[in-house]
Amino acid sequence: MGQIVYGALAPHPPHLIYADNPPQNEPRAECGWETLRWGYERMRKALADIDYDTIVVLSPHWQTYVGTHFLGVPHFQGLSVDPIFPNLFRYHYDLRVDVPLAEALCAHASEAGLVTRMMRNPDFRVDYGTIISCHLTEPGWRKPIVSISSQRSAAYYSLEVMQEHMVALGKATRAAIEASDRRVVLLASESLSHRHFVAEPDVPEDMSAEHITNHHQYLWDMKLIEMLRSGRCQEVIDLMPEFTEQAVSEADSGALTWLLAALDVPTYGAELFGYGTVIGTGNAVMGFDPAKGGAA
Amino acid sequence: MSEERVAGIVGGLIVPGLPHPLLCPDASDNYRALADGFAAARAQLEALDPDLLIVYSTMWPSIIGHQVVSRPAPEWVHVDELFHHLGSMPYRFRIDEPFAHELVGCAKQRGLSARAIDYHGFPIDTGSVVALKLLNGDNRWPASILSSNVYADRAETVVFGKSVADAVARTGKRAALIVVSTLSNRLFTDWVEPADDRVHSLKDEEWNRKMLEFLGQGRLEDTAQLSREVHRQIRVPKVVNFKPMWFLSAAMGAHNDYDGTVHAYGALHGTGAAVVGLVPSEEGIGLKEFDEDDVEVFRGDRDVLA
Repeated sequence: MGQIVYGALAPHPPHLIYADNPPQNEPRAECGWETLRWGYERMRKALADIDYDTIVVLSPHWQTYVGTHFLGVPHFQGLSVDPIFPNLFRYHYDLRVDVPLAEALCAHASEAGLVTRMMRNPDFRVDYGTIISCHLTEPGWRKPIVSISSQRSAAYYSLEVMQEHMVALGKATRAAIEASDRRVVLLASESLSHRHFVAEPDVPEDMSAEHITNHHQYLWDMKLIEMLRSGRCQEVIDLMPEFTEQAVSEADSGALTWLLAALDVPTYGAELFGYGTVIGTGNAVMGFDPAKGGAA
Repeated sequence: MSEERVAGIVGGLIVPGLPHPLLCPDASDNYRALADGFAAARAQLEALDPDLLIVYSTMWPSIIGHQVVSRPAPEWVHVDELFHHLGSMPYRFRIDEPFAHELVGCAKQRGLSARAIDYHGFPIDTGSVVALKLLNGDNRWPASILSSNVYADRAETVVFGKSVADAVARTGKRAALIVVSTLSNRLFTDWVEPADDRVHSLKDEEWNRKMLEFLGQGRLEDTAQLSREVHRQIRVPKVVNFKPMWFLSAAMGAHNDYDGTVHAYGALHGTGAAVVGLVPSEEGIGLKEFDEDDVEVFRGDRDVLA
């Protein structure tokens, strides 16, 4: 029987890849956003003790207005250039997809009444949210992934509809994994507060220019983090529409709701590995370990 | 330059950006009509005889100010993130690099943040790819592709449009503007057969028809002044406002003296899709009622959060 062995809030600012200087990325940086990068480092150390087969990620940067889509091609190789920050992220990726698990997730989501589609076009460019969160979680790319699109029901209907959709998708994800033989790490690829600065310093990694956009956003970020740390996850789900609206949060993607639902709404706390801002947005790297939480 | 070839913005087009007219034009009469509308717009461009096509795509969002493609010959095989099953879109475009830099300079002079984008593999958006392949598939004219800033509201968008007019004037070119945007933008959230495709609701349909009535009469600024109401009535609020008409009227001239032609109108997965041409005319509707400021220089958002 398959199992979700870990779940993480894994934000995807391209700045983190830029500052890490991996060989796959063309631009080079001097430093930057260390609290978040070291946070990812701590999460990788936590994951090093966990045996898993596949990473399943839900990314806000694969936006689908008709249904939920799943990557369905076994291998992708290409160049990902960030449309917002092309000066920072031009990444040569080479990744494998766990297509059987993707198909199982798609089938379970369909059975749950969701509109779905497998993405079978080999020319497709994998979105940068997926790439960044997966790279920062497992830079060696030794594990295959399943990438799930963000169905934009928050924009098309309401945040409440998004919540229902993502809870259903989370439950379907859990059921599909349990029906498989895979041990899976889930990634919710998103920031918390998400109001950007609209100008960039001449030196992008100049940390003297980096801070939260405004105090209001920071307060919301801290509130959410504290609730996640103390295992008040149903409360997080209940508060999500207000948080998303007030903090202009990237939680409108549904990724965090999906993660919490797939983890069966943890009552144990997540570990906070790092918090930091990136061009004004609030980002936390946090992990739920069901084994340590007693829910395995 | 001959006397007949006067420099300036010689015309504008409004076109949809979803890929069906390019990738499956014969899947329905509706898609075929839209593809034929693109062909009619291409003929209109040939008659206008521009030196340059300027594409403002609402499907290319930017955050750090306004971005302009400056890579001379971007080449890629593009796949739409939603309609990937319709096929791939290989392209190689001819970009007017000097104009891109001129426009960036003009935008900065008007207080905007702007930058040129010259990277291999930069993801040119579906709307720009569809528009350029259907209108300029032979790269007869060099093009410039501009982003749409997600946080920009009317003032910033109007100033960006004026920056485009500045750049056209400074370069002495004849330019045609192409705005990539749906009218109503509500997609069906389930799959529909091409033969069953229609505008999502009667309300969307009526507002689309109202906009097309205005545009067909050449009433560009009147349509632009309707933008906030259009946004409230028939736009899924993915961005702060319905901006393309503000951009177009600011760049071409905020008045109603145009000859308008609706080349085609139909539905693309529920959205309102129209191909419209606007050419400056001395016999247009003329004056309009100004409801909002005619901003010249952008002085920041003054800490008003969008």
